[in-house]
Amino acid sequence: MEHALSLFVRSIFADNMIFAFFLGMCSYLAVSKTVKTSAGLGVAVTFVLLITLPVNYLLQVYVLNPLGLGYLSFILFIAVIAAIVQIVEMVVEKFSPSLYASLGIFLPLIAVNCAIMGGSLFMQQRIILDPENVKAITGIGDAVMYALGSGIGWFMAIVCLAGIREKMEYNDVPKPLQGLGITFITVGLMALAFMCFSGLNI
Amino acid sequence: MLSQKTKDTLLGPLNVNNPVVVQVLGICSALAVTVQLKPALVMGIAVTIIVAMANVIVSLIRNTIPMRIRIIIQLVVVAALVTLVSEVLKAFAYDVAMQLSVYLGLIITNCILMGRLEAFAMTNNAWDSFLDGLGNGFGYAIILVIVAFFRELLGSGALLGYQVIPDSWYAAGYENCGMMMMPAMALILVGCIIWAHRSINKEEK
Repeated sequence: MEHALSLFVRSIFADNMIFAFFLGMCSYLAVSKTVKTSAGLGVAVTFVLLITLPVNYLLQVYVLNPLGLGYLSFILFIAVIAAIVQIVEMVVEKFSPSLYASLGIFLPLIAVNCAIMGGSLFMQQRIILDPENVKAITGIGDAVMYALGSGIGWFMAIVCLAGIREKMEYNDVPKPLQGLGITFITVGLMALAFMCFSGLNI
Repeated sequence: MLSQKTKDTLLGPLNVNNPVVVQVLGICSALAVTVQLKPALVMGIAVTIIVAMANVIVSLIRNTIPMRIRIIIQLVVVAALVTLVSEVLKAFAYDVAMQLSVYLGLIITNCILMGRLEAFAMTNNAWDSFLDGLGNGFGYAIILVIVAFFRELLGSGALLGYQVIPDSWYAAGYENCGMMMMPAMALILVGCIIWAHRSINKEEK
């Protein structure tokens, strides 16, 4: 339990998907113009991570490893992710049309979000770690916690950036730096701030 | 030798239409693998090969792909190519493959791949798609190399693993800038490259 909790907290702060590994950067930069839409995308990413990562964990441990098919993991993982995104899209459309309307365009794009695939690939690396290591994923519970933590970390990062960008609308930025350039530098400064968590030891 | 259109297809992405700094695609890996020059070079070459090949394959089968499931088909084509490249790298350049770690697998979800497949290969013939893939791959590689050059030079005083800052500088009190090795500086460097790129291109117009 203690291990899962520390994994959860670490994956939000110290191993933040955006600030430590740059995963999901494309949609992170493209969709962070307003707080409302970015919160929607953050929720969708967390949700899909929470489903795909444990599924891929089970596949890796109970199918790929015993059969020695490790080299097929890329194709299998991406197929699982694409299929689950499709299913999630249909389920959400059926049971919660209002949520579907607000997430609509982002849902299919999540299939190619690096944060989702990256989560699964990091999970694959962490399975073989020594169980004593704080980063090790030793069971399905750990996998769920890791997915939840990474998702929340991503959500927090995109909402923070959207908040800053909304404020920055009125700032006097040099012409060539406007838009993308200043956003990069902002994210860089945020990443610097997040580095203070990297020494965190729970 | 090349017509104007094919020339634009091949050379446009290198500068005016660069995939990283103009189209904002494939940022994740561009930032993560640039601590040193060598993994950045390998990554650039790997992405170039994969984009060009995937473009050709998808362009050849584009008329038989049902529209509704095209994303899954494109992903499978790319994933198969990435698996090949990653196995080859593990066999012949194991240390670089380990340095690239998950980012090699993440080429699958690299937005440049999906962006070019969707925007170009689905509507153009195989030869044009091949040139487009090469151009975009090189455009990506150039940015990677520029960022990695500065990070390795300023961060560890070396290029491609060889020390270039003379020992006498260190003796005189020169220090490596440890900040350059941190993830945050990659973002700020790319921000500065975009800044420079935009101001230069505006002058040309």
